[in-house]
Amino acid sequence: MRETGKIKETGKITEFPMRRWFLLSIYTICMAGLLFRAIDLQVLNKEFLQDRGDARALRIVKIPAHRGMITDRNGESLAISTPVNSIWAVPKKVLASDSRLDQLAKYLQMNDEELITLLKDRIGRQFVYLKRHVDPALAEEVMLLDIPGISLQREYRRYYPAGEVTSHVLGFTNIDDSGQEGLELAYDSWLKGLPGSKRVLKDRLGRVIENIESIRTPDPGKQLVLSIDRRVQYLAYRELKTAVNHYKARAGTLIMLDVNTGEIIAMVGQPSYNPNNRTGLKSGNYRNRALTDVFEPGSTLKPFTIAAALESGLYDLKTTIDTRPGFFKVGDHIIRDHRNYGVIDLATVIKKSSNIGASKIALSLEPHYFWTSLARVGFGQSTGSGFPGEVSGFLNSYNNWSEVEQATMSFGYGMSVTALQLAQAYMAFATDGMMLPVSFLKVTEPVSASRVFSVSVARQVRGMLETVVQKGGTGYRASIEGYRVAGKTGTVHKTVAGGYSEDRYLSLFAGMAPASNPRLIAVVIIDEPQGDQYYGGLVAAPVFSKVMAGALRLLDIPPDDLSALNGQIVAAGGSD
Amino acid sequence: MKPFEQQSLSKRLHLDVPLCFGLLVLCGLGLMVLYSAGGEDLGIIIRQATRMGVAFVFMFLVAQLPPAVIERWSLWLFIAGIATLVTVLWVGHVGKGAQRWLDLGFFRFQPSELMKLSVPMVVAWYLANKTLPPNIGNIIIVGLMIIIPVALIAKQPDLGTSLLVATAGLSVLFIAGIRWKIILIFGALCSMCAPILWYFMHDYQKRRVLTLFNPEQDPLGAGYHIIQSMIAVGSGGIYGKGWLNGTQSHLEFLPERSTDFIFAVYCEEFGLMGVLLLLCIYLFIIARGLYIAANAQQTYGKLLAAALTLTFFVYIFVNMGMVIGQLPVVGVPLPLISHGGTSMVTLMVAFGILMSIHTHRRILSS
Repeated sequence: MRETGKIKETGKITEFPMRRWFLLSIYTICMAGLLFRAIDLQVLNKEFLQDRGDARALRIVKIPAHRGMITDRNGESLAISTPVNSIWAVPKKVLASDSRLDQLAKYLQMNDEELITLLKDRIGRQFVYLKRHVDPALAEEVMLLDIPGISLQREYRRYYPAGEVTSHVLGFTNIDDSGQEGLELAYDSWLKGLPGSKRVLKDRLGRVIENIESIRTPDPGKQLVLSIDRRVQYLAYRELKTAVNHYKARAGTLIMLDVNTGEIIAMVGQPSYNPNNRTGLKSGNYRNRALTDVFEPGSTLKPFTIAAALESGLYDLKTTIDTRPGFFKVGDHIIRDHRNYGVIDLATVIKKSSNIGASKIALSLEPHYFWTSLARVGFGQSTGSGFPGEVSGFLNSYNNWSEVEQATMSFGYGMSVTALQLAQAYMAFATDGMMLPVSFLKVTEPVSASRVFSVSVARQVRGMLETVVQKGGTGYRASIEGYRVAGKTGTVHKTVAGGYSEDRYLSLFAGMAPASNPRLIAVVIIDEPQGDQYYGGLVAAPVFSKVMAGALRLLDIPPDDLSALNGQIVAAGGSD
Repeated sequence: MKPFEQQSLSKRLHLDVPLCFGLLVLCGLGLMVLYSAGGEDLGIIIRQATRMGVAFVFMFLVAQLPPAVIERWSLWLFIAGIATLVTVLWVGHVGKGAQRWLDLGFFRFQPSELMKLSVPMVVAWYLANKTLPPNIGNIIIVGLMIIIPVALIAKQPDLGTSLLVATAGLSVLFIAGIRWKIILIFGALCSMCAPILWYFMHDYQKRRVLTLFNPEQDPLGAGYHIIQSMIAVGSGGIYGKGWLNGTQSHLEFLPERSTDFIFAVYCEEFGLMGVLLLLCIYLFIIARGLYIAANAQQTYGKLLAAALTLTFFVYIFVNMGMVIGQLPVVGVPLPLISHGGTSMVTLMVAFGILMSIHTHRRILSS
């Protein structure tokens, strides 16, 4: 063996030429196989595989639309959307690189375990928000950590410059930028706009690598111009808050309407909340009490009883009513006045706020007629403002009225209204008998009004309401220097379980100015003022006076109190 | 054969110019593809180029050794290899779920790589002194020389490498002229053993084989690699998307894109034309290897040169076949293109042996 091997080494070595050819053909076949497969994939199936690849990498993503701005009637911004970033994660990828998680947790204000538990619980997901709406500096720092699987998402955050002053009217949006309360909810589709979409190149972790094309540009939401005047709103808020704090009241509401258009110039409530930071807030504070809470209007309803009486033709300004001896029996019930007012005319019924006078008038009217005159000014029906959660109040049908119900209704018990309804109803006295729809939006075109009282009746009642605010009237503290004011006070015993409370009151004032040609109406409600003072004329009327005085000046409404202006007119006449 | 009057510089350095040229072109192309596949990270390129440099030095050193010396070392290298394989099974470092590494402190060594060389070497050494074609007794001895290391490597588990080692050993046997009859019987035996082999295979290995036939069955799990890879290859089209423009790889959809699946990146970026070019470069190197084998003057050199070339070819075929979905997923890198060190050194040492066989001819025959 060894020798043969040696021979082969020096001479020929064993060759197997067939093997060589065999091997070469194997090589060729294998290479041809590879090549055919490559052609198969790269030429024949190219389109299909390219589509599959694109399907993985090309994604259509939503571009959030900018939510429309809400402004007041003068274009001052009340709600604006600013772009912010949200931090999100692919949990699996983040957990795989736990090196800087402690730093991330610190930025997110969580502890390490919290963050890890959060991610582990959602390990199967491809998208988990870690923190939404972070400020730009924090977002930048988090991204500098360069943790795989952590990305940012552009979103919009709503900001309310006026904060708690406008919160009840505007409501707020949730973190996904859709309206949750108030006008943000009512006009959500108007404000929201249409999100756009674009085609982007995303990597396996969903990070956008490149924008390929825009499919649809986002359609930003439309701007909403409110009827609110921010200056008046601030003023009203300040005065209401001061009063509520001063009387340690449970709550408070103030509404101001423009008489000519039905526009809501101001609408504030207490307690309020800061819509920009709602953490730890009681949901009760979200409520816009002006539209969602009902109350018995009490004496503030009496003008409508008087108007119905005058309108019926059974009464005129000279008609007298005997209110002696200060109490009046209706069925089993006794209706009382503060004191015995004697025989009085209609104006005195209003001025002194005589329950007996109002009751006797109401009982002398047809139930259907009396009911109609109350329903006509909007009681028992929603104002149609479209505000979410608005209630319609309660006005019992005249068929079911008992005698005592008809009597108490005349001074505002046994029915319920919202503050906005009351303000709207008072409009009839201000507009010489016309009713206008109320509006949260700025009104640019003339609105259709319907007549509810004759001109003379409206003027007569307005004249009576003026006496309320004059010296000796219950609402004297609502008076404003230089302006004639008409209004009515109300001090309502609140209903509690089992009847009326002895010591819990609602202090009301509803009024308008300038009385000669009213431009503004305001309703002030102070809910459960504490202490000795609780009369509407003492608690609510001063708030009315301050806010109305301020509004009249802000809105440049000329004074009409001739007695106060006499000197000036003489001076002007002298210069002629 | 051309008679050489005087030795050229390359002869004196024991370098084969065509082979060197082919390898350098391949390395250059490899670095380019790796730059793209590795996320355009210059650090990876520098490290890979360093490894290539080290591997070329090894090739150069081995080329200086006369084939007779290599032949003498064959058995000892084989015994040392078996010893380290056994050691690795006891104390080996677990990397990616398999015990493959032996940590020598300064250097992590993968003994299975050594076996890729030492198995064909020892088989060639054994058969070189025997009458060819080998008789049954010799075939059985050679068979043991192959099966023992293959089994040890398969146990790590590293199916890809064990198959390559087996291929390397068996190809020596084939070139040594083992009779067709025996090949056929062996083939028949193997196909009969296939179900038994299947039984001994790991679950993940079975899954890989099954996935080959139906990757869509588990597109996010076992089929993920192959689907992503096929998408990458296919979307390259005829001319490719251009260097650095492959989306599958750059968007990280393609797994193992700088190592085992780098060919997919290449296909996506350079298309069918690129594939043709790469195949040409590989074929050139293989053709040169076969030329060296054909011109070897000794049985040992002839057997070893042919076997190493054949193994090189199998490397390429298994890797490319895997990437384009023709073969199951086994961890075989694409020679000189995939990122990674140990296999490159092994490969270059093999080319060193080829050069040694070729450039020492005249000295021995004179």
